[in-house]
Order: sequence, then C-alpha cells, then structure tokens
Amino acid sequence: MVQLSSNLLYIAFILYLIATFFFAGSIKIRKDKEEKKTNRWSFIGIVITLIGFASQVGYFITRWIAGGHAPVSNLFEFTTFFGMMLVAAFIIIYFIYKTSVLGVFTLPVALLVIAYASMFPRDITPLIPALQSDWLHIHVTTAAAGEAILAISFAAGLIYLIKFVDQTKSSKRTFWLEATLFGLIATLGFILVSTSFSLSDYESKFNWVDKRGQEAEAVYHMPALIGPHQYETLTDGSFQPLAEVPALINAMKLNTFIWSVLAGIILYLLIRLIFRKRVAALLQPLVRKIDLNLVDEIGYRSVLIGFPIFTLGALIFAMIWAQMAWTRFWGWDPKEVWALVTFLFYAAFLHLRLSKGWHGEKSAWLAVIGFVIIMFNLVAVNLIIAGLHSYA
Amino acid sequence: MKEVKCECGHINPVGTALCEACGRVVGEEAESSKLLDMRYEASPRRSQHYNKTFIDKIWSFFSSVKVGVWLIVITLVASALGTIFPQEMYIPPNIPAADYYKDEYGSLGKLYYQLGFHNLYSSWWYLILIASIGISLVICSLDRVIPLYKALKNQRTAPREGFLKRQRLFGITETNRDIDFEGIRTKLRSKRYSVKEENGSILAEKNRFSRWGPYVNHIGLIIFLFGGLLRFVPGMYVDEVVWVREGETIEVPGTSGQYYVKNEKFIRQLYDKQKDDQVFNDALKKNPTVIKNFQTNAVLYEKKGNTLPGEQPELKKVESHSIQVNKPMKYEDFAFYQTDYKLDEMHEMKFKLIDKKTQESFGKLTVDLYDPKKKYDLGKGYSVELLNYFPDFEFDENSEPITKSRIPNNPAFVFNMITPDKPKGEASFVAIQQTIEPTGNNKYKLAFDGIETQNVSGLTIRKDMTLWFLAIGGAIFMIGVIQGAYWNHRRIWLQKKNGQVWIAAHTNKNWFGFKREISSVLEGTSLTEPADQLNEKS
Repeated sequence: MVQLSSNLLYIAFILYLIATFFFAGSIKIRKDKEEKKTNRWSFIGIVITLIGFASQVGYFITRWIAGGHAPVSNLFEFTTFFGMMLVAAFIIIYFIYKTSVLGVFTLPVALLVIAYASMFPRDITPLIPALQSDWLHIHVTTAAAGEAILAISFAAGLIYLIKFVDQTKSSKRTFWLEATLFGLIATLGFILVSTSFSLSDYESKFNWVDKRGQEAEAVYHMPALIGPHQYETLTDGSFQPLAEVPALINAMKLNTFIWSVLAGIILYLLIRLIFRKRVAALLQPLVRKIDLNLVDEIGYRSVLIGFPIFTLGALIFAMIWAQMAWTRFWGWDPKEVWALVTFLFYAAFLHLRLSKGWHGEKSAWLAVIGFVIIMFNLVAVNLIIAGLHSYA
Repeated sequence: MKEVKCECGHINPVGTALCEACGRVVGEEAESSKLLDMRYEASPRRSQHYNKTFIDKIWSFFSSVKVGVWLIVITLVASALGTIFPQEMYIPPNIPAADYYKDEYGSLGKLYYQLGFHNLYSSWWYLILIASIGISLVICSLDRVIPLYKALKNQRTAPREGFLKRQRLFGITETNRDIDFEGIRTKLRSKRYSVKEENGSILAEKNRFSRWGPYVNHIGLIIFLFGGLLRFVPGMYVDEVVWVREGETIEVPGTSGQYYVKNEKFIRQLYDKQKDDQVFNDALKKNPTVIKNFQTNAVLYEKKGNTLPGEQPELKKVESHSIQVNKPMKYEDFAFYQTDYKLDEMHEMKFKLIDKKTQESFGKLTVDLYDPKKKYDLGKGYSVELLNYFPDFEFDENSEPITKSRIPNNPAFVFNMITPDKPKGEASFVAIQQTIEPTGNNKYKLAFDGIETQNVSGLTIRKDMTLWFLAIGGAIFMIGVIQGAYWNHRRIWLQKKNGQVWIAAHTNKNWFGFKREISSVLEGTSLTEPADQLNEKS
C-alpha cells in the first residue's frame, strides 16, 4: 500500500510536468493563429492535469489507509498536500477563466512544492497525542486549501508583472521581479543539490562544541562549506569547511542554505548566459497575448475565494482544536502568529484594493509578497523558529 | 470644503457626488471625471462633512481606511517581531528570563529582552494597537454603512444621464424600431435579478446583501475583540495547573475549594515496533520514543456543605473520566486537561535502623516524602525523630543545606535515632548516597532500604466564559466575509431615449463574469453590449 501510494505520487508529478509543456505549447501555437489547435493543446493539458490530480488524490487516500490517519501530519505530507491543493485551485480557476497561461505558471510552482516536500523524511510517522484528533484533517486541509487558493493570486500576479514590467530598461521593478524568479530558481537549486548529494550518499561527521560548552556530533549530508563551532573533522578525506560559525548559529542549516543559493546563482547565471536576457524577459513571450485586466481579476478573485477558506481553516478551526488539545484557543505560538500575519496581510490587501484603488500592478506586487509570507510560514517557521508546530 | 449646491436648488453636504434631491451628478470632481466613484454610491460620509470639534477630528482619523491599513500593517510587523525568539511563556521556567535570552541568543537576545519583546503580545503598546484596530473597525463601518444604506434604499429606478454615462459599463444603441424589453426582463428574472420599472426605464438588481458583507464581518470582529476583553473581568476566566499523584485527592485550584480531583491511575504508552502498525517501523527506527498516549483516570468530587479550615470535607462524586490529550473532562463551566506528567517520582523512602558494627536491624521505617511524620516509633525503645527535612536538597554558598523546592527530587533528612542505650539520641544527616554524622562516632545508622515511586499527572484547569463571545463573533465574521466575497452586487439600467437605448451596468467586483452575464441577457436582441470604459481609458 505504501509503495502504491508513493508510485501514485510519482506518476502525478510526471503528469503535472507533461501538462505544463502542453499548456506552454498551447501558447506557442496561438502565435500561428490556429485557434482550434490551441484549444486542443490546452484541452490535452487540462486532461493530463486532471489525471495527475486524480493520481495524487489516489496517493493521498492510499497513504491515509496505510497510516490510519490523514497524511498531513509531518512536513513531507503537509507540503505535498499543499501542492495538491495548488493544483486543485488551478483546476477550479482554469474552468472559470479558461486561461492556459495560468497553468504554465501554477503547475511549475506546484511541481517545485512537491519536489521540495520530498526532500524531507517520507516515513509514515505515528501520531503524538496532541495530533490524535479529527481536527487534524479538518484544520490542516482547510488551511492548506486556503493557502493554495491564495497562492494562485501569486501566479496571476507574476503573469501580470512579467507582461507589465518594461524589460527594455533596467529598473527597480525589473530587479525585484528577477529577485522573485530567483527565489523559485533557488528552490530548484536546493532540490537539485540535496537530491544529488543524497543519491551519492554523501556524509561527513564533525565533533563540535555547542552553546552550552557541551561536545556534540554533527552529520552533514552536503559538503561542509560552513563548519560548526570549534569543529573537528571525524570523516577522513572529506571536504574541509571554509569557515566556522559561532555556536549560536545552526551551521548545518546555514550550510544547506548557502548550497541552495549557490546552486540557484549558477542556474540563474547559466540561463542569463545562454539567452542573454533577464528571466522575466525570457518568459514575456508566453504572456504576450494575455489581457492584463483579466489576470488582475483572476488574482483578486483567488484572494476573495481563498481568504475566507484560509481564515476558517488556519484561524477558526485552529482555535477550536487548540482549545481542545492545548487548553487555550490562542497561545502566540509562532505558527499561530504567522497565520495571523497572513490574515492581516490579506486583510490589508483587500482594504487597499477596495478603498485605495490598488489595482493592477500594485495588487500584483502585493500578491507576490503574500506568497512570500505563506512560504515563510510553511518553511521557515517549521525549520528555523521552534514552536509547537515543529513536528517534522 | 463647502456644501455642494445642485442646479435644482438642493444644498448637499460636502463630498456629495449625486444630488440627494434630484440625482444629478454634482460637485466639480464628479462632474469632470469620466467614471463615478461608486464605492459608497457616491454619497458623502460623516468624516467628510464634520470637521470642527475634537470628537470630529478623532472620528475623521479613525474613519480613514488609510489609518486602518496602517494599523493593520504595524500590527502585522509587530506580531512578526514577536516570533524571532520564543516568548517568555515558552522558555524554561527555572531560568531567569534575562539570563536565558542572553545565553541562548547572544547580544541580539539581550536586546530582545531589554526591548520587552519577550512579552510582546501583552505589552501596553501592542494592546493599544489592537484596541485602535477595534475603534477603527467601529468608526470606519459606521461612517460608511449609514450613507451606503440610505443611498441604496433611495436609489432611482431611472437615474439621470450623467449617472449612466459615468458607469464603467455603458453603451448606447441607435434603433428605429421599438425595442421590447419584455424578453430581456424575463431573462433577467431567470438570472435572479429583481426588476423594477418606471416609465419604461428598467433597473435590474441582484445580491445587494453582498454589499453588507464587510460591515457584518466587522461586527463579528468587534464582538470577538470584546470577548477577548472580557477575560479580564473577574470570574470569567480560570487557568490553573495542578499536580496530582496516583491515588491522591486534591483540591482543584481556582474553584475556591468547591471541587476535588482524584488521580486513580496514570497511564503512559509509547509506540511499540512489535505491537503497533508495521507501517511506523521506519519512523520508529530513527526516533524510538514516540508517545502514543498519556491519560489520567480521574474522579471529580464536589464538596458538600461548609467545612472549617482543617476539617476533612465531605465529598460527593460528580464525574469520572479518562482524561487524555484532546479529550478533556468537562463539568459545569470547568474543563480538566491532560497537559503534563512526571513518571516515577519518589514518594516514599524506606530505611532500617542498624548497628554499624553488627549490622543488626532494629526495625524499619517508611517516610512519606510529601507528608513525613515527626516521629517513627520502632518499638522496644527504638524510635527515630525527624528533626529536619529538605525535599529538594542542595548546599547553598555557605555550605548550609537548603531546599530548592517542595518537590522531593533529592530528599535529605536530619534524623535523631533514639535507642535504649542512647536515650538522648544520635543525630545523623542522611541524603541519597551520603550520611554525615555531626559527632562522627555514631553507634547506629539509618541504612537506605529502598524507595517507592509513583506517577504524577499534570492537569490544567480552565474555565473560560468568554468562549461564547468568541464563537459568536467568529461565526458572524465568517458569515460576513463569505457574504461579501462569494456574491457580487450587480445592477443593470436600461433606458429608452428618443430612438436610443441606453444601457449602463455596475458591479462591485468580478467584472468579467458580469460582462458574460450581460452578453447572455442581450443575446438575440439588437442591442449592443455596453463597452468597458476602463479599457478605453488605459
């Protein structure tokens, strides 16, 4: 069952990848004004997406049966589920607005999210007492669904900006747009680097002194560019760290981060060298035909649909469960606070849009920032800030 | 700013864009603009026309959406700051906060502590921010909902030309034939529009209630925040922790002696590779101790009648429950949660009195570490007096024995051993693995003879009468948000004017869907669809 489950996830991943190319192809052909063919390409794209989604739902159900609980209880499971909801949200918005460009941007984000998820331990973990409740699947699934729908506004915002921002001259806008795209490329960098080192079974051990002056052992799975505090290499012939950090800083996480950024920079520079344009300029032909007002509305609509679902799942259901499991509905745990931050951010987004007329470009930038906040809550709060939600 | 006088002679308050009396577009700004600002139906708000007294100024300040958004953004940033390092409630309680932040997080941690960010969410300035958001919610809503309600209630079925022209969707069809609106009316009705007619002019409208969404959700938020305030009212809120040993019955704190709770048994289970599902094996190999369950089989008693201090109360059993995480015991307004435990805590220590040389035993004694006796009689003239007891013993800087707490983590005793041949007794200081004799030449000794341990359960007792407010506030908020987000207020105006048909349309959002709906309504008629004037502009 577990094997079947992971195969289904694998199939879904491949299908999303293929579907992305079909959606991209549908745009390419539009150039030749072959309307019928265009429809056929995006039709195949959406059909493959739907099959991929069905396969991922299959993964979800079989893993639920195998583990006896909803597979949303650790970082791998939650992040994968978030990717699945992203695809679901895309499918819904696709059927409302019929824009295949959205697929070209949403599906790669979903692919990145799912690939990122699989960098974490994939074992089925038993539930600790606090998680043994029906609210596990009620709260986590609604929160993830809300976040995913909100993330569609990021894809729409990105499309808007890629079309809107003038690429003929360099400006603050082009810089920040490149920075946003670099973030996605660096995630890809992280995935590539950790996959290749884990395939080659890289391991090097160090003795080091922690902040309480105690000796400890650290096992790196990537060559250590950054060594821990007062380290001493235990593995013969392994790569020697270039620098050492004070005991207060987690050297291993910093090392992984630096590797990801390095890989991202290399990938980014390669793209720039080969195509001799900004990445956004490279993507611009894909969005040439899109109506800016329509993308703006898709972005706004997904915030409108996602915001109530997010509030319900990430705040209200969260409070109900917290009252049962942790005796209080609200305890200023980092994850709770960041859910509040997300809520406040999108509340500000809606007020700015409704009352201050922040449409179009401003709204698109806000959508990008909103996605950064969601990703921060998903990634950083679990990995960097310790709290009650750090299950993985 | 001054009042706006209309052609018809009516004098409108500042900020009016549509004359209250005749519906003409008035005011320089509105007259010169191509599109009418329809957010509040072009009607004036209190904050725009009163600006004299102190109260007016405060009202204007808080009624501004700009101020509201700034409040939201500042609160957002402040909340995020509080997560850089853990809040004081999450740090180990036995270390002073000042030291903890400095030791764990270096100079940044020290700064964090000095700025008071370790208690950020209960700081005065954070509470002022939240309160300001509350005030802003009330004033913003009142400032807008009243004029909006009036305007929509009194809206004209046949608005004037200036109004129609300045709608985002607007178009004119030249026609010689007399167009029959009947077919259009039927179609509009089938799409759930309510259609009003006046002298051949049509106003079709639907989902007006969605306009109230924002105000409904603001009411929900206000109730929610008010519920949060109520916590500070005495009697509304109880939050206590109690440690109960197995077999022990203890008064429940926070209930003024009304309730007693008994821990009949405490159970803790770990996941077991052999017994539990095989599917967890890989995870358990990496991390072998994962707790499966911890629970207290508890009985709740209520005290009957009044008792004097020190008197044994008469107890009546009112509830029994296996308290687990996620499954609290509830009785009346109180809830008992399983939050913590300590396994194998020492509770009895056993000794035997022996002759150091012959090792002959003269009797045994058992000291209850929570309730030690003053004297233990071993019979035949042998007895042991307990002169001093240190449950959690250590030496202070002057090498004097002290106790760190009342929990018997490291018990130490000063005993006086009375025997027939030493009737005054011999003093002895006994701690774990050490015995100190003041004279140094005692004949007798209290030899360690084992310990008894038991499990202790940590229960949290809660009473929260504010939950009802929070639940109602939250529910109203959700209704309001959904009402505002998932429905759109749509209006279509149709008018015949000297051989022309004018169509104007307005929605508060989702223009693409609206356009599609209009085109399906007009399908099969000779009328042209209204154009999007926003597109022409850009």
